[in-house]
Amino acid sequence: MSESDSQAIYEKLYEEAKKKIDAKENKAQVLVGTATCGVSAGALKIKEDFEREIKEKDLDVDVVEVGCIGHCYAEPLAVIAKPGHPAVCYGYLDDGLVHRLVEDFLAGDDPSYEYALAALERNDVFPTFEDFPRGQYEHKLILENCGFIDVRDINNYIARDGYKALSKALEKEPSAVLEEVKAANLRGRGGAGFPAGIKWEACIKSGQDEKYVICNADEGDPGAFMDRSILESDPHLVIEGMILCAYAIGAQKGYLYIRAEYPRAVGHVQEALDQARAKGLLGESIMDTEFSFDLEIFQGSGAFVCGEATALVNSMEGNMGMPESRPPRLASQGFRGKPTVLNNVKTFAYVPYIINRGADWFKEIGTKDNPGTAVFSLVGKVNNTGLVEVPMGTTLRELVFDVGDGLRDNKEFKAVQIGGPSGGCLPESALDVPIDFDSLHEAGAIMGSGGLVVLDENDCMVSVSRYFLEFTQHESCGKCTFCRLGTKHMLDILNGITRGKGDAETLELLKELAEDVRDGSLCNLGKTAPNPVLTTLEYFMDEYKAHIEEGRCPAGVCRELILYYIEPPKCSKLCNVCVGSCPTEAIFTRDDGLKEIDQEKCVKCDNCLKACPPEYNAIVKLSPPVLPPEKEKTAK
Amino acid sequence: MQLMEGEKEQIISCVDEVLSNSTKEKEDLIPILQKVQARLGYLPALAMEKIAEGTDVPTVDVYGLATFYNQFRLNPPGDHEVKVCLGTACYMVGGDITLESFERRMEINEGETTSDRRYSLERVACVGCCTMAPVVVVDDEVEGKVTPTRVDGIMLELEGKNGKSGDNNSSNAGQNTGSKDDPTKEVGEQK
Repeated sequence: MSESDSQAIYEKLYEEAKKKIDAKENKAQVLVGTATCGVSAGALKIKEDFEREIKEKDLDVDVVEVGCIGHCYAEPLAVIAKPGHPAVCYGYLDDGLVHRLVEDFLAGDDPSYEYALAALERNDVFPTFEDFPRGQYEHKLILENCGFIDVRDINNYIARDGYKALSKALEKEPSAVLEEVKAANLRGRGGAGFPAGIKWEACIKSGQDEKYVICNADEGDPGAFMDRSILESDPHLVIEGMILCAYAIGAQKGYLYIRAEYPRAVGHVQEALDQARAKGLLGESIMDTEFSFDLEIFQGSGAFVCGEATALVNSMEGNMGMPESRPPRLASQGFRGKPTVLNNVKTFAYVPYIINRGADWFKEIGTKDNPGTAVFSLVGKVNNTGLVEVPMGTTLRELVFDVGDGLRDNKEFKAVQIGGPSGGCLPESALDVPIDFDSLHEAGAIMGSGGLVVLDENDCMVSVSRYFLEFTQHESCGKCTFCRLGTKHMLDILNGITRGKGDAETLELLKELAEDVRDGSLCNLGKTAPNPVLTTLEYFMDEYKAHIEEGRCPAGVCRELILYYIEPPKCSKLCNVCVGSCPTEAIFTRDDGLKEIDQEKCVKCDNCLKACPPEYNAIVKLSPPVLPPEKEKTAK
Repeated sequence: MQLMEGEKEQIISCVDEVLSNSTKEKEDLIPILQKVQARLGYLPALAMEKIAEGTDVPTVDVYGLATFYNQFRLNPPGDHEVKVCLGTACYMVGGDITLESFERRMEINEGETTSDRRYSLERVACVGCCTMAPVVVVDDEVEGKVTPTRVDGIMLELEGKNGKSGDNNSSNAGQNTGSKDDPTKEVGEQK
């Protein structure tokens, strides 16, 4: 077996794939974004609409399912690529628009630019995504293929230089791969930022023959969906990264630990594994070399703590997912007691790029100590929600106001919650913090896996920290006393504060408990669980005080501290909408024709406030919950 | 929850079949539980006992796993499954209010099934379509921007699917015809 074998095999695979893909690209294609987010927004129906309309007109057009295009705010999305025109992305699709696009663009020749979001490639007629502020900041690396390739056909990946890194690596010694990853200073994207190369090296140094590679896709963080999107949209990238890691450390077997709540990701990865195996890229003698490595999916059962490495391994072994104290580190004693490398989905996804383009190229992106990009799921009260990838070192302000295009309805920015339940809430004053592992840690938040929720003036910070603490409290595995009981006690205090109970001492106790839980817990779930509370105490103390001292929720969120009130001068006698909207029949028509809320029946569901027509806007939330004096006389 | 007629036999044969296709090793325990739940829709106590017997693991450990992981449910799913997302984005815009509305309508708490097994209610995080928050998944169909009014509408639609109107909810029907919610109206009129 000569060394250039793998190269020759790759050339052949590439030629085959390229031929197939080019043949497809010679005719018009409709790419419908059908990652979970798209499907939820009705993408499968849009796809059917396209197919039906195309069939009716008897056109020769392929309709293809692709992954996440990233512009979630405009779902459902589709890209139409027709020879002779730049590929154009359309958003907010419905059956009427589909009909129009098929008739005017596919059957006719008018791209209907008035409905287009942007073009995908530079052209003379229509702006591309890069021409928008978001495009200025975005640097797509591991999301490069997401949403633009048919995930269910491996040829798409190969034709875009997929598995080239593997063929290159197989020509060299395994240590060359390790050296490249180490030189690139690739830091683990699971949240902690531990250098992947060092982890891999420790695993090699263990000196044992049996080793494992595990990909952590147990994305349990509510509000984060980066890992899911990547697995759904470009599974081969992660698979190739894992194979490269296995080659570097000499592992024979690997697992992808994917949440069972992500059926689409599981399905796509399984399909990708089968196709890679069929092409000789996975399994016995990869690319005819002596290197053999196989991958399997393990479906996680939904426990947030299993994102912790030792807990994850415990759960794979059929136990409850409880973390262990380290050392021994997984790199020396992991799955089945053998040395194991466990990295996040995104970490593996960078590896093929690093091998292909070199460590120096990678280090040019981002900052000195944090090379590369950061992937965020940007959600909450911003205009442009979605999946974004920016170079490390971009500031939060740029991310929120430029990439996210500011806040919805011109509301005032209050905070950004970064890093999920383990992260913190940062106020306006901290917006100029550059996004990287170290700077965020200093600010009291963490990079986390990359969930980013933007909060506006209508969000109550006490309620937000209560929400996250409730989550971690529920997900605490119960091993450490501080985490098990401390978070429970903290939650009780916060529940009290949202009802206006407590005094100055309560806040001190809360802070003390938070610090104890942080210091006294074994794993990062417990260590970071108090972060939302600690950061809100630091930056939003006035809101806590308003709750306790004045019995007032400044944002009007905490239900025990507000009441709904219909302002008589604004109420129209001719309208009945609020009465119909009330689920508990609390709103009645007074003798004078105006509406009134029976406070004893009101469950504060916010329904009437939404239902009241904007021209009247008669319903207000009052906090503290005290009725105006003239009203009090008639109140029961 | 009381087992229904013939359910006991079904559980036993299902567990036997899953066990015969597995290694019965401890490492296989979670996949076994997943497969049994995939077939039965939940993990009845009897199934957990049989799995413990078959894999030679103490019953308490099997129960421990089933309660540790969120995926496993100990209550049977209703004919209509409603899942309310309480991920961060949904919570911020009132997902808890939506959940409460369902609880009030179904007269059960989250995680439970009505005694006639017609409805079950769960909270989940996160469905992954945060832009449509608050989100509810009704029988695998995702619905976005669900207000309490829409909850009434959903319940009426489900009752329509049952072929008869629920006794506890019939009093709400008249009330809802006044709302602006079209689907509500439609179902209301059909009735």
